Amino acid sequence: MPPTPTAAESREQIEPLLSVRDLRVVFELEEGTVRAVDGVSFNVRAGQVVGIVGESGCGKSVTMKAILQLIETPGRISRGEILYRQNGARPRVLDLARLRPRGALMRALRGAEIALIPQEPMAAFSPVHTVGQQIIEAIMLHASRHPDGRSISRHDARVMTIELFRDVGISMPEQRVDAYSWQLSGGLRQRAMIAMALSCRPRLLIADEPTTAIDVTTQAQILALLRELQRKYDTAIIFITHDLGVIAQVAHYVVVMYLGSVMEEGPVDDIFHAPKHPYTKALLRSIPSLYGETRMILPVIAGALPHPFNRPPGCPFHPRCDLVIPHRCAHAVPRLVPVGLQQQASCFLYHDPAEPA
Amino acid sequence: MSISESPALSAATEERVAVASNWTLVWWRFRKHYLALASAFVLAVLYIVVLCPDFFSTQNPELTDARQAFIPVQPLHFFDRGRFSLWVPEVVGKRNPVTLRMEWTPDPNRKIPVKLFAQRASYRVLGLFETNIHLLGPADAGQRIFLLGSDRLGRDQWSRIMHGTQTSMTVGLVAVALSVVLGVALGGISGYFGGLADQVIQRLIELLQSVPTIPIWLALSAALPRDWTPTQVFFAITVILSLVGWTTLGREVRGRFLALREEDFVLAAKLAGCSQRRIILRHMVPTFLSHIIATSSLAIPVLIISETSLSFLGLGIRPPAISWGVLLQEAQNIQTLALAPWLLIPGLVVIVAVLAFNLVGDGLRDASDPYSR
Amino acid sequence: MISLAGENVPPLLDVRGLRKYFPVTRGFFRRVVAQVRAVDDVSFAVRQGETLGLVGESGCGKTTLSRSILRAIEPTAGQVLYRTREGKVVDLAPMSGAELKPLRRDVQMIFQDPFGSLNPRMTLLDNVGEPLLVNGMRSRRERTERVAGLLQLVGLRPEFMHRFPHAFSGGQRQRIGIARALATSPRLVVADEPVSALDVSVQAQVLNLLLELQSRLRLTFIFVAHDLSVVRHISDRVAVMYVGQLVELAPTEAVFARPRHPYTAALMRAVPVPDPRIAVGDAILKGEVPSPAAPPSGCYFHPRCRFAQDRCCREAPLLREVSPGHFARCHFAEQLSLQAA
Repeated sequence: MPPTPTAAESREQIEPLLSVRDLRVVFELEEGTVRAVDGVSFNVRAGQVVGIVGESGCGKSVTMKAILQLIETPGRISRGEILYRQNGARPRVLDLARLRPRGALMRALRGAEIALIPQEPMAAFSPVHTVGQQIIEAIMLHASRHPDGRSISRHDARVMTIELFRDVGISMPEQRVDAYSWQLSGGLRQRAMIAMALSCRPRLLIADEPTTAIDVTTQAQILALLRELQRKYDTAIIFITHDLGVIAQVAHYVVVMYLGSVMEEGPVDDIFHAPKHPYTKALLRSIPSLYGETRMILPVIAGALPHPFNRPPGCPFHPRCDLVIPHRCAHAVPRLVPVGLQQQASCFLYHDPAEPA
Repeated sequence: MSISESPALSAATEERVAVASNWTLVWWRFRKHYLALASAFVLAVLYIVVLCPDFFSTQNPELTDARQAFIPVQPLHFFDRGRFSLWVPEVVGKRNPVTLRMEWTPDPNRKIPVKLFAQRASYRVLGLFETNIHLLGPADAGQRIFLLGSDRLGRDQWSRIMHGTQTSMTVGLVAVALSVVLGVALGGISGYFGGLADQVIQRLIELLQSVPTIPIWLALSAALPRDWTPTQVFFAITVILSLVGWTTLGREVRGRFLALREEDFVLAAKLAGCSQRRIILRHMVPTFLSHIIATSSLAIPVLIISETSLSFLGLGIRPPAISWGVLLQEAQNIQTLALAPWLLIPGLVVIVAVLAFNLVGDGLRDASDPYSR
Repeated sequence: MISLAGENVPPLLDVRGLRKYFPVTRGFFRRVVAQVRAVDDVSFAVRQGETLGLVGESGCGKTTLSRSILRAIEPTAGQVLYRTREGKVVDLAPMSGAELKPLRRDVQMIFQDPFGSLNPRMTLLDNVGEPLLVNGMRSRRERTERVAGLLQLVGLRPEFMHRFPHAFSGGQRQRIGIARALATSPRLVVADEPVSALDVSVQAQVLNLLLELQSRLRLTFIFVAHDLSVVRHISDRVAVMYVGQLVELAPTEAVFARPRHPYTAALMRAVPVPDPRIAVGDAILKGEVPSPAAPPSGCYFHPRCRFAQDRCCREAPLLREVSPGHFARCHFAEQLSLQAA
């Protein structure tokens, strides 16, 4: 019998760790305003892996940057909330969208409670410092005290780094700690990146296409590693990718984005076996698989991705949708409505027809 | 991103942008830099003067008159008692009994009227046709006016500056053009073919760059025969400057070629069956030409200052040829400066020209970034 | 020679013992201390009209191989036997530039990076028309007509030919690249990861286009990719490369139904399946790809292979026919029953 959860644990299970509500990010360029993220909402629960999937221009990277308050001019968060539930001595809920990007509070969160695994590990490590030095720097910055109150010395931090390397499966960690990032192979670099992200035991990990730049066999290793670490440290992960196969293997909950809006979200099994939104269905149909027929013409999504300045009015997907409802889809933007137990889709097919547009 | 970056607010705009060649796009981007645009306008004015300095002069720049030495600036006025009328104040000279020097004071009550498009001494425009119209001239043909004062030989500085502009601006341009040709050719060979050619050319570049420039100039200038005409000296100086100045450009071009060699579209040209010459000239060079031009325009002011320095030291263009450096020779000693500070005005012109080139070069460089992806 | 069952006509392309080594120099005098064996004794044949999928991970040598075949780089050793339009078989490997020139129109390439494969300073007409111009079509009117036809063939409007590449998306640029490759009516097209840099939905469009063009124009493809699902979708036969060597070569169905080399099986298992109900097994391939400059002794795969025996470390296996038309480079290819997933 599992022990009954305490009040705090129950609250953790009910209330999400991160709640993005109606987030909007705009980029004000000379030629016009681009609505990179246009009303995105989703929740991340503690210990859960949320996969954000979408093609170029869907806004998944911008959403990630907004959560970490890394958006710079000409972009800005124009509306919405990013509610983060912080534990500790005084649990409280912070709206990350309201914090100053360079302020002390945001900097204390970044790296320590919310960490990032970026897409290009080569670009993320400084070429003039060893990987060990960079991780030690992160530890010294955020976790300057042991649980028992003693301060952490550089030596302690180094020992911790070597342990971390062992955890993430880097062989010969004592030597590798003193290596430079360009001396390591792609797989090792990505592991070192994961080690750095986990160094301060974050509660939320954001992985921005972490396996796009590496081979498929190395990718399998990294994904297995992430699954294992996630179970071990109970970290929540936001996993951003365009690869539907990876999402299926890694995520518990999936958010499908297109042109800055959420098309559909739900548990991973529902999304793949009972997709409701026409975009999700079309996307799943158009992937060549290892098991289907060979050399047959793939069903494609008609049309092309519109230019960000030429956003279609109404539902962003309607010009390419094969189930478009004339006079409705072009005139109003559908909201996210429940289409399953925990599944939601933003499509007029699931709206109440009597509802005013 | 798989979405094109061009602004597409309407079908017509989209079409216009889509068929815009690189130069058109560079121009559109350049247009937005107001400072660069203003500087380009200044340069345009200067180059119009280059084309026809006689038109802008008020008199023959070599006309001397010892009695009219060190006349101060006679500023041009545009209004006379409310009406539009061009005039300069007459200067009255009085010999100082103690220093025995002529002292000139402008007398605003005695006005010398100035005419626009006056007909004075005739000259040839670009050696093509003769005319005698000058932009400004004293209404009375016998008078001499000194819009920017006169030097120790009584020569009109304004006219001399006009002629000096022609020489100095041309030297800069021609020298840079030569440097570009040398730099692109040698840098291109170095980058495209690699191997021994690359090694030899790179060592040559290093050699040229490690020798200090002023001694090289001195040596080469001193080697010029004394009996050469000013025009020959002028071309010789230009060649000398470009022979030393091509090295930076050569290095850059080599770097570009090395990078471009690996590009897929170059390989595609090779697979299509293009000859090496065609690949270099038709496919590779146009891709970085705008960048080269931007870099060169930043090299021009360096060469202008080089020429000015050389001539100032008496080793470049020599009198009676006129360049800004030659004009500044007159301002070499403190005495002259104290008595006739207007002789420093050519320096001001140098500053304006160099600044304008730098701003235009900066603007061009910003505007000619490779196509954004 | 890898003989293809039921062959009367010589294959369109017959690669024999192809090697490409890059020397590693050290020291001031640039002594050669090692060789990077990017392509290490590769042999295979391609029939006219078929698509051969060449698959492998980074560093396996597939790009070097494809460029060696096209003579973009010079092979160190081996033969590239090509059957010309007249039926003569010539060896491309030792040919000089002048000898190659008339053959260039027969063999073309589609590149991976849509943003680097088109000359940004030239219009579409110039880009696509360049192979035509260089191969003798001097009349601009003729070229314009042909380019218009080619653009239509790949699904773009002919009036776009006056636009510059910067006005197009990645998928559209890839189509332009395909149009350019087809300009001279080639017989063999080497496609170097043509869909890897594209979005999922655009990938499908371009793959469909390639399938359609192949059947219409009777093209022969060598399709290089790292994505197994894409390779499976488009190829008749599949060749798997590892550290510069071919480790398996067989018809697509055979390879995916029952791979004969442990690496192929590991590769297939590693592909994440877009179905959450199919869990990835725990038999994940360990270790890293060895450096082509210092490959392991014997079988290059043995340090990572679950089934490795003593023999694998001592003796390098040869690529041999394990069942009709199915070749594998493994001592135990017949005994192992490998599963794809």
